[in-house]
Amino acid sequence: MKPYDQILSQRTQDIQPSPIRKFFDLAENMEDVISLGVGEPDFRTPWAIRSAAIATLERQSIFYGANSGIMPLREEISNFMQRRHQLTYSPENEILVTVGGSEAVDLTFRTLLNPGDEVLITEPCFVCYAPLVSLADGVPVSLPTLQKDEFRLTAESLRKAITPKTKLLMMSFPNNPTGAIMRREDYIEIAKVLEGTDIMVLSDEIYSELTYGTKHCSPATIEGMRERTIVVNGFSKAFAMTGWRLGWMAAPPQIIEQARKIHQYGIMCAPMISQRAAIEALKSCDGEVERMVEEYDHRRRFMLERFQQMGLYCFPPAGAFYLFPNISITGMDSETFCEQLLQEEHVAVVPGSAFGECGKDNIRISYAYSLKHLAEAADRMERFIGRHKK
Amino acid sequence: MRELLQLLKQNARLSNAELAVMTGKTEADVAAEIAELERTGVIRGYSVIVDEEKADRDAVSAYIELKVTPKPDCGFDELAKIVMSYDEVESVTLMSGGYDLGLTVTGYSLRDIAAFVAQRLSTLDGVLSTTTHFVLKRYKEKGILILDEQCDERGVYL
Repeated sequence: MKPYDQILSQRTQDIQPSPIRKFFDLAENMEDVISLGVGEPDFRTPWAIRSAAIATLERQSIFYGANSGIMPLREEISNFMQRRHQLTYSPENEILVTVGGSEAVDLTFRTLLNPGDEVLITEPCFVCYAPLVSLADGVPVSLPTLQKDEFRLTAESLRKAITPKTKLLMMSFPNNPTGAIMRREDYIEIAKVLEGTDIMVLSDEIYSELTYGTKHCSPATIEGMRERTIVVNGFSKAFAMTGWRLGWMAAPPQIIEQARKIHQYGIMCAPMISQRAAIEALKSCDGEVERMVEEYDHRRRFMLERFQQMGLYCFPPAGAFYLFPNISITGMDSETFCEQLLQEEHVAVVPGSAFGECGKDNIRISYAYSLKHLAEAADRMERFIGRHKK
Repeated sequence: MRELLQLLKQNARLSNAELAVMTGKTEADVAAEIAELERTGVIRGYSVIVDEEKADRDAVSAYIELKVTPKPDCGFDELAKIVMSYDEVESVTLMSGGYDLGLTVTGYSLRDIAAFVAQRLSTLDGVLSTTTHFVLKRYKEKGILILDEQCDERGVYL
């Protein structure tokens, strides 16, 4: 056999496999497991969008398209950002359509980072950021957010974390896994800290449409922030289009121009069927999104109440479709808690530690499930907590 | 109001306490709103969606179109009232277009329904003609899918 460990890229070998994935391998070998682990909508893609994809297949040839994405889609994205988030980006040279928001995140790191550049990653957060920073020769630096701050990033913790090597601040609000949001006034404080520096900001806003009782605020709307911000968004969560793999990045033209080169050589263009269907999503599906948000909100309230009854503290999230209850009353860390919950009650949830060290006292609950499913899972968890409460 | 109606349409068995939690209202507010909806007749009743095929394999349903002659004073109402008084008739609607009254009727056999149409409906004063469509399969009723639970195809990939 070839000495693969010597042949393969050391940088790649050093990357850890997804800590969420690892846990669910366990669950797959058990019967009667009820999962609250899935991080994607349970709704099906609205029919108008699917119908547009079918029409594309029937009537159009599926050739390669413009590297940046087809112009009518970029125009609709530009309209959407203006209409929903008061952001102005030119479809000509400030928007790049990508294969999911994930590609846009990866492109941003590869476009901005020189070897050794530090990226402040607001944690807890989705698991892909740190590995992608490492692959781009950057150095990921944890920037924890705390339950007492409602998992918002504070100016003080940002100020303390900045070093001369800090290149980029990575934020993702509404947040996976906490469901936290940042308000306008919070971003204003962050902007003050960054003022006078060349630190850039990557804002992953993939959950922007899923907010409850409040509207999403993008940091790029704060004075002085647009020129340093890369906004990433996509179709997966808002329009229940995860498998369509379509997202975008919006940024000043100098950044888009560089990112487009990587995208051009590595990807060529985002899938054309998805692009044509996505135009329909942006044009005519506000009502569907609203209905989904209303239903998520019902489930969110339902599960919050259940955790309160169990005696688990859970901060009330205003975005995404996750709850992040604190399980420290059981005296277990989150990994142990999840393993035992799976063994004893056959409920699969994700340990908070998968999203960063600061999540070790929490678990992530997805409520992208039917009420019936949620109620059954909550009943099982209630029995478990009853037995293990200290 | 709209939110409560929406939730009740999906599941009329949700308790006031559950409705209160899900909408962020107090239980007393929910009770008052529902009472008001009932009092003003917005809510006319609470029913259940039954998969008839599972409940009773012999049950047969039909959709019947009725063309009628409207009466001078009361239009279609009089005949509609007579038709809806039969227990076999589940729903009666006045339609625009090619016919006037649309009925759904349930019985125990094709013969049952045929007899009902021949003896009860077509003989009514004012009924000009009837067209009977038998229901072969139900897919969705009042927003509820008549399907066995679909398995969750989603996995955890990251």
